[in-house]
Amino acid sequence: MTISTTPLPVGIEAEAPPIQAKASRFWAWMILIIGGLYFLVPLGATFWWSLRATEGTLGFEAYRRLFDDANFWPSFTESVINAIAAIFLSLLIIVPTAYWVTLKLPRLRPVVEFITLLPFVIPAVVLVFSLLRLYGRPPLLLTATYDSSRVLLVCAYATLSFPYMFRSVDNGLRAMDVRSLTEAAQSLGAGWPTILRRVIFPNLRVAVLSGALLTFAIVIGELTIALFLAQQTFGPYMANLTRSKVYEPSAMAIVAFAITWAAMGMIALISRSRKRR
Amino acid sequence: MGGAKRPPLTRFGSWLGVLPFFLFSGMFLIAPAIVLAYRSLESPDGTLTLDNYRALTDANVLAAYGMSIRLSLLTALVGGVFGFLLAWAVSMGGLGRSTRSGLSTFSGVAANFAGVPLAAAFVFTLGRVGVITSLFEWMGVDLYDTGFSLYSFWGLAVVYLYFQFPLMVLIILPAIDGLKQDWREAAENLGATPGQYWRRVAFPVLLPSILGTMILLFGNAFGAHATAYALTGGSIPLATLLIGQQISGDVLNNPGLGYAVAMGMVFIMALCIVIYSVLQRRSERWLG
Repeated sequence: MTISTTPLPVGIEAEAPPIQAKASRFWAWMILIIGGLYFLVPLGATFWWSLRATEGTLGFEAYRRLFDDANFWPSFTESVINAIAAIFLSLLIIVPTAYWVTLKLPRLRPVVEFITLLPFVIPAVVLVFSLLRLYGRPPLLLTATYDSSRVLLVCAYATLSFPYMFRSVDNGLRAMDVRSLTEAAQSLGAGWPTILRRVIFPNLRVAVLSGALLTFAIVIGELTIALFLAQQTFGPYMANLTRSKVYEPSAMAIVAFAITWAAMGMIALISRSRKRR
Repeated sequence: MGGAKRPPLTRFGSWLGVLPFFLFSGMFLIAPAIVLAYRSLESPDGTLTLDNYRALTDANVLAAYGMSIRLSLLTALVGGVFGFLLAWAVSMGGLGRSTRSGLSTFSGVAANFAGVPLAAAFVFTLGRVGVITSLFEWMGVDLYDTGFSLYSFWGLAVVYLYFQFPLMVLIILPAIDGLKQDWREAAENLGATPGQYWRRVAFPVLLPSILGTMILLFGNAFGAHATAYALTGGSIPLATLLIGQQISGDVLNNPGLGYAVAMGMVFIMALCIVIYSVLQRRSERWLG
């Protein structure tokens, strides 16, 4: 993966017949403009609405009302905590597994890959449906209280992150010499917990970050699972808001977009600085 | 953390390292799936039966599946074609590097900008008082009089496309980059026009990747629940919304049928992922 990123020779475009190149550039711009409009018009429209909460003037009243809403910060903080818990849970499970599969049990790789792909196969609504059927009644009652349902929610979020987390950790492990690092640490007398904690984790920090950010972006506004587990997180809060208020939902959509943008922008920055190295 | 005692690397020891993973996914992925499969084969009195699957021909179920499949097909096709054109435009159209990296970052955002905020954004754009709706009104056309509604099949399709074609761009852009410069040069040296190069070389090489990704888009739309729920609240029949309603109460008047409907979805999703990975593997033979 790291090889064969030869820079494109510069003069190539100039060699093509000029008329055809011009025509294809015209069409390329047309497509890009149509796509750009489709991307930007809904955002622009939403932003425009979000500025009109005060009659007659443009201003940030809708945002002020949104942030002053009694349920905004509690649900948002709860979702942030859930997301962070899910990310750590997922890391605790995926990093040792990916490490072991790389180092000791390569024959298990297809099985692990298959399982980490399952969240793509089981839609969220089907997952929560079957979780409720499995843990919603004795003997495995996990939905009895709000907090126990919350544990179930975090576990479900951790599984949702498996496809992304496993792939990013696996790529990170491929980029370093796992075997030599392990042997070097062992020869210095380190045990397995120390090796994972002091050698493998620190080397994976960058690879893990993109998986973590993606998980964050997906989980922070997640609606389906939280809704059916009756959790008062950000997703159900936003769904309620769109039903009960006029201007606040527009401010909310812009805020949610900014969060997604921040997470994705950070991933892009990380991968760019990695390529440079 | 001295780590003084090195654990013996027996077979058991090495399995211990993957045990948490198997325990956890067993509890929260595999066991739920098994429960689903088992209950879908169970009759009300606890014997094994295929009746639940036979009952999938129920009018409500068929309507929901039909709508889901049509919506997914349409958005996969349109999103796939347009996403491919966009990827082509930034990678081959000579628009420069910054447009390209801008598009891929934006696609990453849009592909993950689903659910409630997306539904809200479109309400402000194409809802009854949305900006575009008002714009049409100002021009003398009442969109909602022409039969269009954001809360219908076509409205939902427009909304779904917002995350569908960015996903296409994200997956197909690396594939287009994988086309070898040598092939283009070889084709040009043999006297091929750029059009011929695309039709005879690049497109056939990319085809498995394009088809595979479109199938992935199909699954992506088919399994989507939050966006449709936030937009319509369940007023239009979709397979995911039907399962959501079945969670809240037995709307199908048959608990077993709920499991069969869910299993049917898992089956369709699994089919999508399998076809996608087969086609992707095929295209990896050519694209590095």
